[in-house]
Amino acid sequence: MLMFSATNSVSANHRHPFAAVLDQASQVILGKPTEIRQAIACLLAGGHLLIEDLPGMGKTTLAHMLARLLGLQFSRIQFTSDLLPADITGVSVYEREQNQFRFIPGPVFAQLVLADEINRATPKTQSALLEAMEEGQVTIEGQTRPLPTPFFVIATQNPAHQIGTFPLPESQLDRFLMRIELGYPDRQAERALLASGGQRQQTETLSSLIAASDLPRLQSEVASVRAAAPLIDYVQALVEATRSSPAFQHGLSPRAGLALLAAARAWAWLAGRDMVLPDDVQAVLPPVARHRLRSAQGGGHASAEEIATLLRSVAIP
Amino acid sequence: MSTIARLALDRGAPPWLFGSALLATAPHALHQPIWLSLFSGLLLAWAAWLWWRDGRLPGRWLLIALVVLACAGILLEFRTLFGRDAGVGLLVILASMKLLEMKSRRDAMVIVILDYFLLLTHYFFSQSIPTGLWLLLSIWLVTAALIRVSGGAVCRPLPTLRHAGTLLAQALPFMIVLYLLFPRISGPLWGLPQDAHSGKTGLSDTMSPGSISDLVQSGAIAFRVRFDGEPPPRQQLYWRGPVMELFDGRIWRLHPGPTAAERIEALRPPVSYETTLEAHSQRWLLALDAPVTLPADSALNGTLTALSRQSVDQRRRVALSSALSYRFNPDERPPVITRNLALPAGINPRSRALAESWRQRDASPQAIVDQALRLFAGNEFSYTLRPPLLGDNGLDQFLFETRRGFCEHYAAAFVFLMRAAGVPARVVGGYQGGEMNPLDGYLVVRQSDAHAWAEVWMAGRGWVRVDPTSVVAPARLEAGIADALPQGEPLPALIQIRADWLRTLRHRWEAVNNAWNQHILGYDPQRQRELLSRLGLPDADWRRLAFVLATLCALLLAVVTAWTLYHRPRRDPASQLWQRALRHLRRRQVDCAPWETPHALLTRVESTQPLLAPAFRRVVEAYLGARYGEQQHQLDALRQAVKQLP
Repeated sequence: MLMFSATNSVSANHRHPFAAVLDQASQVILGKPTEIRQAIACLLAGGHLLIEDLPGMGKTTLAHMLARLLGLQFSRIQFTSDLLPADITGVSVYEREQNQFRFIPGPVFAQLVLADEINRATPKTQSALLEAMEEGQVTIEGQTRPLPTPFFVIATQNPAHQIGTFPLPESQLDRFLMRIELGYPDRQAERALLASGGQRQQTETLSSLIAASDLPRLQSEVASVRAAAPLIDYVQALVEATRSSPAFQHGLSPRAGLALLAAARAWAWLAGRDMVLPDDVQAVLPPVARHRLRSAQGGGHASAEEIATLLRSVAIP
Repeated sequence: MSTIARLALDRGAPPWLFGSALLATAPHALHQPIWLSLFSGLLLAWAAWLWWRDGRLPGRWLLIALVVLACAGILLEFRTLFGRDAGVGLLVILASMKLLEMKSRRDAMVIVILDYFLLLTHYFFSQSIPTGLWLLLSIWLVTAALIRVSGGAVCRPLPTLRHAGTLLAQALPFMIVLYLLFPRISGPLWGLPQDAHSGKTGLSDTMSPGSISDLVQSGAIAFRVRFDGEPPPRQQLYWRGPVMELFDGRIWRLHPGPTAAERIEALRPPVSYETTLEAHSQRWLLALDAPVTLPADSALNGTLTALSRQSVDQRRRVALSSALSYRFNPDERPPVITRNLALPAGINPRSRALAESWRQRDASPQAIVDQALRLFAGNEFSYTLRPPLLGDNGLDQFLFETRRGFCEHYAAAFVFLMRAAGVPARVVGGYQGGEMNPLDGYLVVRQSDAHAWAEVWMAGRGWVRVDPTSVVAPARLEAGIADALPQGEPLPALIQIRADWLRTLRHRWEAVNNAWNQHILGYDPQRQRELLSRLGLPDADWRRLAFVLATLCALLLAVVTAWTLYHRPRRDPASQLWQRALRHLRRRQVDCAPWETPHALLTRVESTQPLLAPAFRRVVEAYLGARYGEQQHQLDALRQAVKQLP
């Protein structure tokens, strides 16, 4: 395993299991290698991903593509304002022939669930999904049913200022390990996109590069990436800085600190290292922390600049 | 090159500075002219407004004009720019004005230092407990402001305040050591300017109708006494002040000539006690009638008044003893007799006639004294703080018409009658009684206990005290002035308190104040010597003191340093080598910011110092392996790589 590469060097390492995944993905979604890497790191760290952007930016394509490449069983839920919890978790139907109820699992019983436009649904419905995310199981009519493993949710949401949205409350945002924004593609990528006529169809032809059954093993490998004492000091210092900084209304929770470390491990593992470096922490801090912090001025989620300022206020031990 | 000091202030810092400037200047409003307080307040408000509105700070010329204006104002007010009042006034203005010049951290530091200095100046004016508490609070906040200014926006209010509190708490041992051991000088800690002793209340050296009744309306404490044994009964507590022998028909005055100490014979064993005098700008020590032993720098004069060599301009503690029963000058010198018989011609004819009739009936002095006391006792004389105004023949009017007066009226009338009847007599001013504070055993004597009585001379018996007030209002001597006066007299509320809990509260507060005066402010060279000899350092001169002080401070510092060193996180060897590599880079003009990762630094080195890059890459790789991979062999590699840096 290559030891000392900070970023983006997996493709150079042919033995890395995810090199091909990253390669393939950046050919489907053009010009967004960092975001793709963040999404995969999120999955490897065993967390759920929230993608926030305007419609048409490739959120769904990204989810679809990941399911394909990783060989995950995929289901998609389009959240609307009239969606009910049972539409997600499933219902029991009475069968006259057998004279009994039969459970018909909802779309949540899949390995990769794409919850599209999650903030269009009512809080009640949102919470049904979020509960499943947290527990890894669903309880319907008094019976607890485990969800498949791995279980990975990619939720997309429109920016909160759009009409007809129910913004996710803080407590539920905290359940997403990362929140990323795709943003507009750059000029070159957009040109290629226009020339090829869209990537959505292309995802259908992708074949899986990783067996879904391998994923838990890889995840446990990620979790064992070494985080030395000075690195943990650094994570702790960053978390404390968010708590004492006047730029934010409140600081990061202990759960967020754990999330930051887990994401940094995945990032290091993706770079082919068996130890976490401060670079990894710095790289994953924005997607892990931004949706968990509220800016003291304006009250919105923390901006990328505020996170950069925060990073500059904490010395690396 | 920009330094930390030149950095711009962040927006959150000025409120801290406004706050500390307000704390440092506000108490001066109690004694400085109103225009000065208004001026500095307006400057502060202006600075705050500009901050609030993000306005532009005023230009240099406007500031210079304001400084000139302020100086002119101070010159007009005080006729000087120096001295206590003018100097402090100038400082207050300049400190407020500096807020309008707050551009960089350096300016903020100047403000903080000015505030610290201004806090010190409060001790010129008051050394009371509230002042001490205010200054503690202010020092805390000014220190917090200093931390906030240096730390920038990362400092949140509560942790900053906590940090300042911790710093002050750490300074406490040093403060105590310095307080106890710093060589004390007798007199005030610093040479106070000349104008520091103005406006003290107390007995004056003349007496006219109204002078004592004005003084009585103050509840301020005149002095405190602690008796060595059982305190004498209240009726005998006559605290002797100035003795007035000259009378011009209206005002009683001291005899100006030098009078030597006379012979006094104690008839009973004297009472010893210790008096703590408040400053009153006069020389008398207000000893119990009549003093027999006095402190070294004071003496008795010919009228039995204990006088200090210098006026009592600051709180002072003296040890005295007095004989409550005594014989003084049984054979008085003729000039004194003559002086104490003199009366201005032609005034108060009715009083003179009355005195003449007494003398014809029985010429013995004792009989005449008894006659006079009978007159006061039997003719519905009343004791009041608000006597009617009297005309030219004031005594006639008082004795035969109004019959309402305060102790100075009775003493003056009595002495006039005595002199008219041929008995030498004079007026004695001072205090009578006092209130025992049961909490600390100190007798508190206030301005409201001010009193005037008479003394007559009888051949063979000497000067004998006669207090005509005692027959008009016996309660004055037995219970104090609040009980002697009718309801509704303009006495200070403080001494009229009758509710028990309030009285206890007042006693407690005064006992605390007294303890503060005795132990904190009264810690003088003598007490220091006592303490040091108890600590095993008899007759320490200042050299020895300085030595002990330095040793103790050094010990304290050593303890603190050892403690900090012990608790310092151990530097990782990889980290130490990395720091060495960074120093190497710094010599090559590459600085590493504290938040910069080794890889980010490497990227920078690759672009700016390509020759150095390969060697530095080896350092980075070995460092990361050693520090974050915890691999022992990488440590050796790192050592090698750092050595090989060109």
